[in-house]
Amino acid sequence: MLDKSYYDKTDEIIEHYGRKASSLIPIMQDIQAEYRYLPGELLTYVAKEIGITETKAYSVATFYENFSFEAKGKYVIKVCDGTACHVRKSTPVLEALWKELGLSKKKHTTDDMLFTVETVSCLGACGLAPTMMVNEDVYPAMTPEKALAVIEELRGKG
Amino acid sequence: MIKTKEELLDIRKSAEEELASYDCRILVCSGTGCIATGSNKIHEIFQELTAGLDGIKLEFAPHDKHEHDKVGVKKTGCQGFCELGPLVRIQKGDQVVQYVKVQPEDCREIFEQTVLGDTVIQRLLYSKGDTHYTSPDEIPFIAKQTRIVLENCGKVDAESLDEYLAAGGFRALTKAMFDMTRDEVIDEVDKSGLRGRGGGGFPCGRKWKQVARQKETERFVVCNGDEGDPGAFMDGSVMEGDPFKLIEGMMIAGYAVKAEHGYIYVRAEYPNSVTRLRGAIAQLEEKGLLGDNILGTDFNFHLHINRGAGAFVCGEGSALTASIEGNRGMPRVKPPRTVEKGLWEKPTVLNNVETYANVPKIILDGADWFRSIGTAGSPGCKTFSLTGAIENTGLIEVPMGSTLREIIFDIGGGLKDGAEFKAVQIGGPSGGCLTEKHLDEPLDFDSVKKFNAIVGSGGMVVMDKNTCMVEVARFFMSFTQRESCGKCVPCREGTKRMLDILEKIVNGNGEMEDLDKLEELATMIQSMALCGLGKSAPLPVLSTLSTFRDEYIEHIVDKKCRAKTCTALRKYVINPELCKGCSKCAKNCPVNAISGKVKEPFTIDSTKCIKCGACKDNCAFGAIYVEA
Repeated sequence: MLDKSYYDKTDEIIEHYGRKASSLIPIMQDIQAEYRYLPGELLTYVAKEIGITETKAYSVATFYENFSFEAKGKYVIKVCDGTACHVRKSTPVLEALWKELGLSKKKHTTDDMLFTVETVSCLGACGLAPTMMVNEDVYPAMTPEKALAVIEELRGKG
Repeated sequence: MIKTKEELLDIRKSAEEELASYDCRILVCSGTGCIATGSNKIHEIFQELTAGLDGIKLEFAPHDKHEHDKVGVKKTGCQGFCELGPLVRIQKGDQVVQYVKVQPEDCREIFEQTVLGDTVIQRLLYSKGDTHYTSPDEIPFIAKQTRIVLENCGKVDAESLDEYLAAGGFRALTKAMFDMTRDEVIDEVDKSGLRGRGGGGFPCGRKWKQVARQKETERFVVCNGDEGDPGAFMDGSVMEGDPFKLIEGMMIAGYAVKAEHGYIYVRAEYPNSVTRLRGAIAQLEEKGLLGDNILGTDFNFHLHINRGAGAFVCGEGSALTASIEGNRGMPRVKPPRTVEKGLWEKPTVLNNVETYANVPKIILDGADWFRSIGTAGSPGCKTFSLTGAIENTGLIEVPMGSTLREIIFDIGGGLKDGAEFKAVQIGGPSGGCLTEKHLDEPLDFDSVKKFNAIVGSGGMVVMDKNTCMVEVARFFMSFTQRESCGKCVPCREGTKRMLDILEKIVNGNGEMEDLDKLEELATMIQSMALCGLGKSAPLPVLSTLSTFRDEYIEHIVDKKCRAKTCTALRKYVINPELCKGCSKCAKNCPVNAISGKVKEPFTIDSTKCIKCGACKDNCAFGAIYVEA
């Protein structure tokens, strides 16, 4: 059972977008931005509040790649594997991060909940390929070494 | 609040005066690329340096006459030269100096030498060979472009309505609202021959006409900013670099087809675009330029932003409107088309960012002017994002009908490190590859189709000899397969099977009959998939199969990858002349595939080798290489 504060925050978000079916996606986006994942209990609650079925809410949430029912790390690292980054060797960057953090294609988040590593298909900074994004900041012209230096820096911040 | 056309004119006049009062403007590029290289910090430092500066004497070139001494620090949209960021322009009077790769420690020097003084810092100029370029307009990368959509990008403050007004903003809207009827607006767009810049190339004016003709009076204007093609960032650059221009274009559409609500669907990975658009909408609402009774007329227009949630397929029209409605973003069977039943089953004008951004200038300068640029079938310009193995990566805009050679060699500066040109992938995952023999063909919507490719939204990824075309085809197929929404069988299952075959080939297990199977599947998906994305998914494979068939055959028959990209086909070899016999490679080999006597050359048993590369990475003498 989630703390009451979660429901209060959710009420606030629902109020902001309005109790209608078309508000579902923006509401889920804001909940996820707040908690770094989409708690299932809240999704059920939102469905009831905006007047759609629970199945509908889950069908939409599972369709879009950005929604996650599992908690993500404090730092979500998105390694770009778009065409331009791929051609300029983004795969070694991803592999170096996986190795350093003990992650893989199947395991995305470190046990200490500090890092999540995902791939993304384009960050729109192709001129600086290969790139990666940590939360909302884009890091240009990555190499495996530079990526590991970023990890060190973030670990320092905690 | 601006309540009448006259009030708008007054506000523009004061904005123009304000702009003219700056004797020096420091224009810091704030596109996604430059922000990534640290331009926000540069902007901050210049703001600190110039704080409380008014009235201080600036030095100008002798012929310049100036009455004021006012310095402004502005955040502009993409200045185009992404790889050389952070980019800074110092504009004094008519002179503009373009600095590249500006670091925080350079700011004070720029401020003292170029802002206060009249000295250009050579070290920070763009240079090619022995030539240093001072003005951005002299740099070949910029000089050879024609900018319509991007005209303000890099020149005006992207976050300021006043600067947009001073640059002539909203003159097109007032012309449309006060000097033209709705039909005349639509006719002008129709006559201009503007075609949808999102990739489809459908005539924009015809779309607007069809919406205007509907019996249903509730209509919508929707902008597709879900630029999902990997390797494309043109629309993102327009949204963050000149958000007001996009909004003006949408408002003209709204006026023309009598729509009261507009929606901009922006992809999730563009947080800067969302911030700038939100800021722009808030300013316009505050001034009454968005809302009810705009400029005292009966025209009402409200603009909303929807953020995407990471589904490529939402770039397809009917999937995009489904997503705005709060549903799974899946395409539906057409007809009825979006112009009849689009958003909430109402008639909808759905165009992409670049298409709307072309509209204001067409209204202002007329269809004939627009038709004077580009080709007869595809008038106007097109933006491209130039990336990959090219010297000058960045954002460009050129007339339709420009050749690949002009784009890649004249503007792009040729291949990186002088490498040999192999191909350019155009149109993203739905596009194809153009090669050497296409270099001098004019590019427009119709001509490119003949070569099994599409202009698409404008992503251009240049590839040199180190790129394996089979691997590229596999890469795109894995993208479309992952992004297939799963609604129709040909796309959901067909792309999966095609990907399986391509993986088999790059892993060295391909058979010749696989090529026939690939072609058969491709034709089936092309003819039977439900939406445009599915129909075009096989194009990268078909295009590489027709142009680089010999590479496929090499992978299958000779088990060779000439670009040395495909891991499974690599053959690691020890050069006996360089090997000192230190045994380090043998110790690092996880499968004991390396053997030999100490102090004598070692050898690799290729039947045991798993191609992990650990030996090569750890050899201190560079004795281990990959045989092509």
